[in-house]
Amino acid sequence: MATRLPSVDAVLVGFGWTGAIMGQQFCDAGLNVVALERGVWRDTPTEFAPTFAQDELRYMWRHHLFQNVADDTLTIRNNTDQQALPMRRLGSFLLGTGVGSGGAHWNGQIWRFLPSDLKAYSHNLERYGKAAVTANDMTVQDYPVSWEELEPHYDTFEKLCGTSGKAGNLNGKIQDGGNPFEGPRSAEYPNPPLAWPASPAMFAEAAKKLGYKPFPHPTGNVSKAYVNPLGMQLGECTYCGFCEKFGCGNYSKASPQTTILPYLMAKKNFTLRTECEVLKVETTSDGKHATGVTYVNSAGEEFFQPADMVILSAYILHNVRLMLLSNIGKPYDPKTGEGVVGKNYAYQTMGSVNVFYKDKIMNPFIGAGALASVIDEFNGDNFDHSGLGFIGGGYIASMTTGGRPIEMIYTPDGTPKWGMEWKKAAAQNYLRSSLISCHGSVMAHRGNYLDLDPTYRDSLGRPMLRMTFDFTDNERKMSAYMVDKAAEVGLAMDGASGIKKNYRKGSWNVVPYQTTHNTGGAITGDNPKTSVVNKYLQSWDVSNLFVMGAGAFPQNAGYNPTGTLAALAYMAADKIKSDYLKNPGPLVQA
Amino acid sequence: MSDNGINRRRLLVAGALTGAAGAAGAVTLHDGERGADPRTYSGTMPWRGGAADAPPIAEGGTGYTFFNALEQAFLEPALDRLIPPDPAGPSATQANVHIFIDRQLAGPYGRGDHYFLGGPWPKGVAEQGYQSRLSPAQVYRLTIPAIEGHVRGAYNGKLFKDLAVEDQDKVLKSLESGDAKLDSADGKMFFTMFLQNAMEGYFSDPIYGGNKDMGAWKMIGFPGAHYDYREWVGRHNERVPYPPVSIKGRPGWSET
Ligand SMILES: Cc1cc2nc3c(=O)[nH]c(=O)nc-3n(C[C@H](O)[C@H](O)[C@H](O)COP(=O)(O)OP(=O)(O)OC[C@H]3O[C@@H](n4cnc5c(N)ncnc54)[C@H](O)[C@@H]3O)c2cc1C
Repeated sequence: MATRLPSVDAVLVGFGWTGAIMGQQFCDAGLNVVALERGVWRDTPTEFAPTFAQDELRYMWRHHLFQNVADDTLTIRNNTDQQALPMRRLGSFLLGTGVGSGGAHWNGQIWRFLPSDLKAYSHNLERYGKAAVTANDMTVQDYPVSWEELEPHYDTFEKLCGTSGKAGNLNGKIQDGGNPFEGPRSAEYPNPPLAWPASPAMFAEAAKKLGYKPFPHPTGNVSKAYVNPLGMQLGECTYCGFCEKFGCGNYSKASPQTTILPYLMAKKNFTLRTECEVLKVETTSDGKHATGVTYVNSAGEEFFQPADMVILSAYILHNVRLMLLSNIGKPYDPKTGEGVVGKNYAYQTMGSVNVFYKDKIMNPFIGAGALASVIDEFNGDNFDHSGLGFIGGGYIASMTTGGRPIEMIYTPDGTPKWGMEWKKAAAQNYLRSSLISCHGSVMAHRGNYLDLDPTYRDSLGRPMLRMTFDFTDNERKMSAYMVDKAAEVGLAMDGASGIKKNYRKGSWNVVPYQTTHNTGGAITGDNPKTSVVNKYLQSWDVSNLFVMGAGAFPQNAGYNPTGTLAALAYMAADKIKSDYLKNPGPLVQA
Repeated sequence: MSDNGINRRRLLVAGALTGAAGAAGAVTLHDGERGADPRTYSGTMPWRGGAADAPPIAEGGTGYTFFNALEQAFLEPALDRLIPPDPAGPSATQANVHIFIDRQLAGPYGRGDHYFLGGPWPKGVAEQGYQSRLSPAQVYRLTIPAIEGHVRGAYNGKLFKDLAVEDQDKVLKSLESGDAKLDSADGKMFFTMFLQNAMEGYFSDPIYGGNKDMGAWKMIGFPGAHYDYREWVGRHNERVPYPPVSIKGRPGWSET
C-alpha cells in the first residue's frame, strides 16, 4: 500500500529544465511545491569539477550522467511491419536523468523558432498548396500560439540563461550581423556573442562571399560574467571543448544548476525528493481530475503524493509514457488516424559536411557547445520550396563543440576505419579539418508515433514506451538539398582542399548519435480531437494536468527545441498564475 | 597559463582524485542509476564539502586481470593491426590499449552495466542496433575462441598470432564485413565493439590504463584536459604549443 503524504499545491514530475522553471515560477507565486526526481542530486563542484569534467570516456562513452537503459529504456522500430526491439544501448539520443537532466549536459544552443514554423500547416498550405502539406502521409499542424504571444517568453528564457548572441531583427528593424530571418525581437541578447575560432570565422567569410548572411550562434555558453534576473552568477566561457554531453565545471553554461537551483532550493515552500520515480498520475473515477501521483523511491517504498496540480516535466518520452500508463487521453492509432496521445512523434534530420585543409591548423579542441557561425537561408520557409519536393529546412553551421578524439576525428572519403592508412589520415586531419552541420526539421507523418510496447517491460515491471519512427522522402530530400548547399560553402572556405558530404540517407538508425531532440506525442493544438494539450499545455481531458516539454511540438522545426519548450513553459506558468489559480478549470474552451 | 594557475589546478586535481578514496569516502556518489538513498531537500542548497565524483581510475599496473592466455594471444596482434606502430605515434599495444580493454572488461562496462540485456532476443534489423543478450565481457569471451577456430580451419591449424600480417588483416576485414562465419558467435558485432574499444583505449585519458604517456594525443595534436583556451580562440592557424595534459596532470606539471 502506498503511504499517503500531505497534499501540496503542485507536484512536479521530473526535475530537469522545465521542472526547474515551473518550480521557480510557482514558488515565487507562493505555491507549495514538491518536485519528484527519479535520479540523484547533482551540483557543479561535486559532479562537474573542472579537475575531472573533461573526460570523454566516462561521460560520453560510459554514459555517466545519462539515463541507464539497464533500468529503463524504450523499444524502437522504423515502421509497424517490424517488431519493436529494445534500445539496448544509448546511441541516437542521450536521455538525461538526475537533477538538471539534459539541461546539465546539453550544448546550450538557444534558438527561437521562426514565426512561420508555428504555422507550418497553414503557411505551407497557402504558399505551396494542399499536396505540399499532405504528401508522404504528412500530418502537419499549426501551433495554437502566435509569434507575438511567445516572444516575451523567449526573452525571459534568454535572459535567464545569459544568452550570448547578436539580434538580427530588433522590433522589426533588421540588424547587421544578426539573423535577418528571425522574428522581430523585443530586446537584444543579454550578452555579446562568443569569439570565433578559425573554422566559424572562415565559414562566415565564405558564406558572405556566396551572398549569405552569417551570424553567431545564440548560445547559453556565456561570453562574459553575468548575473541573471534571479541573481544567479555565470562565469565567462573558457572554450574548453567539453560542453555538449558534459557538465560545465566553470559555471559558464546555462543549466538548471547555474541559473535556477541555488535560488529555488533556498525557498521554504519548495521540496525536492530525489530517487523517486513516478509510476502513475492518479485520477478521480471519472478520469477528469488528477488527484496526485504515485511514486516509488529507491528503497522500494511507495507513496501517494496528493496535489491540486500535476505538472509532467519528465522529458517528452517519459511524459507521453506516463500519460499512456495513467490512461489519460485517447491513445493515437496510426491505422485510423484517430486518438492523440503519442501522435506526431518527430525528431531532427542531421546531415553534415567535413572540410579538410592541407596546411591550415583549425585547433578543433577550442570549442563550446554552441560555438558556431550560422546561416539561416535554408531554414523553415526562408527559401522558395517550389518544385523541391519537400517542406521544412534547417540551419547550416560551422559548429566547433570541441575536438574530443574518440568521437571527433574526421578523415576524407574512402579512408578505412583502422590500420596504417587510417592512422596516417587521423594524424594528418585531426587539426586540419572542420565540421559543417546541417540541422534540419522533421515533419509529422502518420506512421511516426509513440505507444506502449506489448512485450518489453522496465525494471519496475511497467510496459516500455514503443517508438515507431522513420525519415520519409520529405526529410531525405531536404537533407540532400541542405548538405549540397553546405558543401558549396565548405568548398569556398579559405584553404579547403577537400570535403566529405554526409547525407541523411536510409532509415532512422538508433546507433549513431544524432540529437536528443525528440518531439511530439503530447502535441498542442486548438482542438481536443487533434491535440493532447491546449496552448497553455493543459490537458484537454484532465484540466489540472499540464504537460511540459517538446512533446507539445506538432512537428519539429529546424532548430534545437529547448528555447521553444522553455518559452511555452513560461507562457503556461503566466497563465496559471494569472487565471487558473483564481479559477481552476479549462483555460481554453474546447 | 600562469604558474599560479598551474599550481591552483594541481591542488584541485590532487584534492579531487585523493578525495574519492580518502576523506570523502563516506559520501556515496551515484551515476544516475537507481539505488542511491532517497533524499528530501528543502529550504537549503544541498552541499557536501570536499565531496567529488572523481573518476574510477584503472588500477593494477600493466598485468592482465581479465584476459586469459588464448585471448591475450589474439588481442595483442589484432590490436596492432587496428593501430599499427609507425614513427608518428604508438601502436595500440605500445599505448597499452590491451590493458585498457582488460580493465574495462573486468569492471562495470564489461558486465554490461549500461546495457539493457533482458529478453526476448529476436534478431533485429541493423537500424535497431545492439540486440545481443551478451555483456561486452561475454562477447569477448565467446568470440575470440570462435575466431581462433575459424582461423585454424582456414589457415592450416594456425593461430591468429602466427599468420602473416596480410592474412591477419584479411581475417579482421572478414569480421568487419560479416563475411567470416563463426561458430556460435557474431564476428561483425564483435568487431564493431572491438574497434570502438580500441579507439577508446587509444584516445581516452591515461587514467583508464591506455593512451600511455598521452602518445595518441601527441600524435594528433590534442592538448587533452586543458580547461582554458581564451587566449587562443582568436589566434587562427597557429599551433597551440601546450603539451597534452591528463586529468592526473603530466610529468613536469607538478614540478614548478
Ligand atoms: C547531449 C545533449 C545536448 C543537447 N543540446 C541541446 C541544445 O544545445 N539546445 C537545445 O535546445 N536542446 C538541447 N538538448 C535537449 C535538452 O536537454 C532538452 O530539450 C531539455 O533538457 C528538455 O527539458 P525537459 O524538462 O523536458 O526534460 P529534462 O531536462 O530531460 O528533465 C526531465 C527530468 O525528469 C526526470 N524523470 C523522468 N521520468 C521520471 C519519472 N517517472 N519520475 C520522476 N522523474 C522522472 C528525469 O530523470 C529528468 O531529470 C540536448 C540534450 C542532450 C542530451
